Amino acid sequence: MKVTRETVTGWMQAAPLTVVLLGFLVAPIITIVIVSFWQATEFSIIPAFSLENYEFLFGSPVTYKVFAATFKYAFLTWAMTLAIGFTVAYYLAFHIRSQTMQIALFLLCTIPFWTSNIIRMISWIPFLGRNGIANQTLISWGVIDQPLEWLLYSDFSVILAFVHLYTLFMVVPIFNTMMRIDRNLIEAARDNGASGFQTLVHVIIPLTKPGIMIGTIFVLTLVMGDFITVRFMSGSQRANVGRLISNDIALLQYPSAAATAVVLLCTVLIVIGILLRFVNIRKEL
Amino acid sequence: MSKTGYTRRSILKTGAAALGASALPAPMIWAQEIKNITLRQFGTGVSNLNDVATKVKEDLGFTLEMTALDSDAVTQRAATQPDNFDIADIEYWICKKVWPTGNLQAMDTSKIKNYDKIVGIFKSGKLTPDSEIAQGTAPSTVGFVEGPGGTTFAESETGWMTLIPTIYNADTLGIRPDLIGRPIESWTELLNPEFKGKASILDISSIGIMDMAMVCEAMGEIQYGDKGNMTREEIDKTMAIFTEAKKNGQFRAFWKTFDESVNLMASGEVVIQSMWSPAITAVKSRGIDCVYQPLKEGYRSWGGGLGLSKSLSGMELDAAYEYINWYLSGWVGGYLMRQGYYSAVPETSKDFMSDNEWGYWFEGKPATDVITSPTGDKLAEAGETRDGGSFYDRMGHVACWNAVMDENQYMVRKWNEFIAS
Repeated sequence: MKVTRETVTGWMQAAPLTVVLLGFLVAPIITIVIVSFWQATEFSIIPAFSLENYEFLFGSPVTYKVFAATFKYAFLTWAMTLAIGFTVAYYLAFHIRSQTMQIALFLLCTIPFWTSNIIRMISWIPFLGRNGIANQTLISWGVIDQPLEWLLYSDFSVILAFVHLYTLFMVVPIFNTMMRIDRNLIEAARDNGASGFQTLVHVIIPLTKPGIMIGTIFVLTLVMGDFITVRFMSGSQRANVGRLISNDIALLQYPSAAATAVVLLCTVLIVIGILLRFVNIRKEL
Repeated sequence: MSKTGYTRRSILKTGAAALGASALPAPMIWAQEIKNITLRQFGTGVSNLNDVATKVKEDLGFTLEMTALDSDAVTQRAATQPDNFDIADIEYWICKKVWPTGNLQAMDTSKIKNYDKIVGIFKSGKLTPDSEIAQGTAPSTVGFVEGPGGTTFAESETGWMTLIPTIYNADTLGIRPDLIGRPIESWTELLNPEFKGKASILDISSIGIMDMAMVCEAMGEIQYGDKGNMTREEIDKTMAIFTEAKKNGQFRAFWKTFDESVNLMASGEVVIQSMWSPAITAVKSRGIDCVYQPLKEGYRSWGGGLGLSKSLSGMELDAAYEYINWYLSGWVGGYLMRQGYYSAVPETSKDFMSDNEWGYWFEGKPATDVITSPTGDKLAEAGETRDGGSFYDRMGHVACWNAVMDENQYMVRKWNEFIAS
């Protein structure tokens, strides 16, 4: 009797969130999956089962190229945000002694995020442009004679913007886990004769793994789902999967967009699944 | 005049106004009622101007809510959210996509006061009796349906219009003469290796493909049966030429919105690109030399109009007609013409323009005084003439209209490949 009541209470407590998740997460995804099997013409969507969208998607060399580009952006952005994010978090967590200072510097990191993504992105354009500040400065220093064309509307500018936009998503979880590391462990490592580097590799990095993993998931999902950064920063010259989807939507090809979205979703889930094999986040938290 | 849905109380309240109104002819709507009407209009930023909404409130008394979107978003909204708008300010080529969805209703031309004065392009398709109808989705080909419920377009005037034409123009390439330093005469210049890394076209497939076609035809690479309705083979060939140019680094960027095109040009990132007339004006108003270059192969043209939502009825429908009649009566026309577009009823706009303005914008005469935009920016000095000359020179030299092809879906996929290549 008692067990039943507890079970009921448990279900009741879980119910609101379950309903919200079902209504706003699961149901839309199911809809997308269903629509992805429909056919469409320019002005009508035909709700009849068809594999046409997937056939086209997997049959087109563009798809593979675009997925490859998406992975490239995701990987490079991840590597750079991790390097920068880890360094910043490490500095904040282990080199700044006073907590006030830590908080102050941490807030400083978030200041750029007080403006919108788009503004932060677009502000790179005049900076990197052919007659932009970067080129003018380099020319006036005599480093180059001709403006560097690849600064803007290139993979370089896309990844630069991504790194700028998403590094904080690495800093925060890594900083968070670093702050939980018992300082005695570091002292113990030092007492046992570990060098700074050894402490880093054998103590800090393993203990920071959950933070790194959470940051990785943030950055990967953000970059892989992005469409606007790639469009703006490459001047529409490059494409990733997000752009493919947004183009389809803009042209009323909803089923085709849905199919691409499903494939993207599966890809991201597989990537995250693989990542989670390395670190058991639930245990570590 | 509809009284349905009004309580006795509200009629009593507006008794005096009602009395006055009933004494006047039919299209007049009760002054009190009209204030409560809100018409929701959406369209591209080109013509969805707050000044128009303000003037409507002033002249007609009801409220017009404007939403400006880009062409793709406009299509999407018109095709998928019929109850979310009353008036769709859309382009004719979009009409071909939107009309079959049944979200718009045909308009009775007998209720349009200035119908007879609408220029021929939108009715018979001919600017002058002996002019040829250009390729592409010419407005006249999607301008009429057989009757109120018609779903297919009629060949000629039937008295039921899909869109009431409001605005149109002849588009061409924009250039930076200060950075090019020589005359530009042909569409081929867009792919001239001289401008490697300094060219751009727009990333709206239905329009971009037309610009591509103008270039390929001018280069003599492809002879199209109809640029506005290409075969798969023609699409493939066109894309191949541009893909190769893209791989060779011809393009600096592709743009999708008005401000992107302005910034590309103003910052010197590009020196030649497809562009829209007011974008040229925007570059010029920054004090940068920019020309809307007439080219020998002719213009790529577009036209826009107002469509009524299917769900409009009763008094709102009357108000919408009233609005359309007002639209064609000259004030808006004058406003648009002073931006460099053309009004569907040029002769009524004349009353709202000075002789100098009319001469400069419409007749292609040298300005006798400074020409300013409707918002007061200086656009031309005395003595300057408009690029491309008079109305008849420009609109008479249209090579094709923005279009939606039968092979549109194929083209769109190819376009995606082009962008991703």
